[in-house]
Amino acid sequence: MTDKKLHVPVMADLAAKGEKPEYLYWVGCAGAFDDRYQKVARAFAKILNHLEVSYAVLGKEESCTGDAAKRAGNEMLFQMQAMQNIDVLNGYEVNKIICTCPHCYNTLKNEYPELGGNYDVINYTEFLDEMIQAGKLKLENNPFKGETITYHDPCYLGRGNKIYDAPRNVVKAVFGDVKELKRSRSFGLCCGAGGAQMFKEAEKGEKEVNIERTEEIIERKVDKVASACPFCMTMLTDGIKLKNKETELQNLDVAEIIEKALEL
Amino acid sequence: MTKQILFLISLAITLGVFAWSVKRLWAFFKLTKPSYPIRNIGARISHTLDIAFGQTKIFRKPVIGLMHALVFWGFLVITLGSIEIVIDGAFGLERSFAFTGWFYDVVMASGDVFALLIIVFIKAFSLRRSIMRIKRFSGVEMSPKSYWDAQIALSFIGLLMLSLLAFNVGYISNHPNGYEGVYPVSAALVNLINMDLGWLQEPGWWIHILLIFIFANYLPYSKHFHVFLSVPNVFLANLEPLTKYPNLESITKEVKLMLDPEAAYDESEEVSRFGVKDVQDVSWKNYMDSLACTQCGRCTDVCPANITGKLLSPRKIFVDLRKRMDEIGPLAVKGKEDGKSLIRDYISEEELWACTTCNACAQECPIDISHPNLIMDMRRYLVMEEAAAPAELNAMFTNIENNGAPWQFSPEDRLKWTEG
Repeated sequence: MTDKKLHVPVMADLAAKGEKPEYLYWVGCAGAFDDRYQKVARAFAKILNHLEVSYAVLGKEESCTGDAAKRAGNEMLFQMQAMQNIDVLNGYEVNKIICTCPHCYNTLKNEYPELGGNYDVINYTEFLDEMIQAGKLKLENNPFKGETITYHDPCYLGRGNKIYDAPRNVVKAVFGDVKELKRSRSFGLCCGAGGAQMFKEAEKGEKEVNIERTEEIIERKVDKVASACPFCMTMLTDGIKLKNKETELQNLDVAEIIEKALEL
Repeated sequence: MTKQILFLISLAITLGVFAWSVKRLWAFFKLTKPSYPIRNIGARISHTLDIAFGQTKIFRKPVIGLMHALVFWGFLVITLGSIEIVIDGAFGLERSFAFTGWFYDVVMASGDVFALLIIVFIKAFSLRRSIMRIKRFSGVEMSPKSYWDAQIALSFIGLLMLSLLAFNVGYISNHPNGYEGVYPVSAALVNLINMDLGWLQEPGWWIHILLIFIFANYLPYSKHFHVFLSVPNVFLANLEPLTKYPNLESITKEVKLMLDPEAAYDESEEVSRFGVKDVQDVSWKNYMDSLACTQCGRCTDVCPANITGKLLSPRKIFVDLRKRMDEIGPLAVKGKEDGKSLIRDYISEEELWACTTCNACAQECPIDISHPNLIMDMRRYLVMEEAAAPAELNAMFTNIENNGAPWQFSPEDRLKWTEG
């Protein structure tokens, strides 16, 4: 867990050398710019390096998928972003895309094909689960010994794309067990940030959605809460801070759990 | 013969009134826009068997779910009996389906048992509404009219079952030397009461069938239109992933033009409006959803915005859609307008912007309505036709346009995360 520069291959550099990686890692805007979530992007890149996966990122050529614009009603902006991204992706003849952000994942997987972007889009939790099952990720150490964990389902992973088991399997591979929340899997409660809520104040109400969810997590009396989405991470981290529970309860991304278990 | 004539007159009136109601709704449907194409019939059939006939979404609330499922399955069996009654009435026959032998016994026996079960459950449903304060049965969209609509429909169903039992009891009493079919509940009643109950057969039969005729014509004006439309609504459901929000094709054309100025501009396909402002902009499926919705409120019950006290109630969106069509439909059919619209006169911007598109509502909806997609359709209107997004969202749009990210960071810094 040093802060040294990570070796992350960039698509344009590989292309210049005439190389084509197997996977494109779609970092997403949060992975690129959000202070907290940058750590998740780093964790995942470290895991890819550890596995010696042939991959690259788009770097400066990556642009917002347009998810938030689309869900805020700006279809024009969404499709402009989509067409430009598809141009770049098709230019590199990308076949497989791995996403950490479930919003990017959902958009690339479900909404790009009709605009000419046809890729095999993989969520990183599925990828990690597969690597563990295949015995390629050996998780012998548990740096969290004696600690309990719960998992918060991101809507765009769970209800949206029915990915419920993969992230749980990954967490279980390290923790042994996941303590389920009262509202979990398809009953999971939103963190409050989807549908472009991340970028605006919430409407008037009695409570913030992330507080409602954080209270439910606190009630579960666990040491950690795993998440698999940058927006959920922001909302839960803020919720825990507001509730003054930072010492008892921390939010970790699924990738960070693996990173720590592998001591990368 | 008189019975036959009287029956045929009632049947003709029933069908006539029903046809009139269908014609009215058909005209309203014609005001709406196309929806997704209905393909994959095989997948749709298995989806319908699972969600509608298997009641799998209803069981997400196990106790009340089981009661609903039993009422639904009971209805299916009893409907076979109702078809027999219509044929008997029209041709002056008695128990005309009896020739199906063991199948008839099974259908009649289960119908007879279900009738009793349904009476018990309907009474429970009714008391649940009048005595228990269930949160999802309240809300601004739940008017007294909606409450009475529910109670009236429940009474209809209860009386339908009572009259069916009365008919069965009377029939058994009139045939002491053997009868067609098996009726466990009614036979037990006959033994228990030990009086001549044969007189119940005719009034039981008439009340039962006339109630069906009246109920059928009440339904198109009730939230219990659900009884007719829920199964087709599930069959016609959107089978795509919940969070796949369809791309707007008219925009695709415009974007392609912008990115490739040489592309030909086809003026004939100019769209009148982006997004949904009023009921004429919704798809026929949206309108069908609003007619099939029985306002159970499972959507609103799980809505994070609603749970935390915001104005948004997913159920209200579809209740409002139906109400607005009732208001503007008859005028619009004649080419008239009233200066009002679904947005603002019924649904406020505050409601629309409170949605997190988490799809908990759509996941829960027992008849597969997608509330977030319609909410986003209305956001499309606000943003693309009126530029009326909240200021923070406009800032987010500007960031994406200028920097390719929703936040104000330079694309040049996109690899900074690798530097630690």
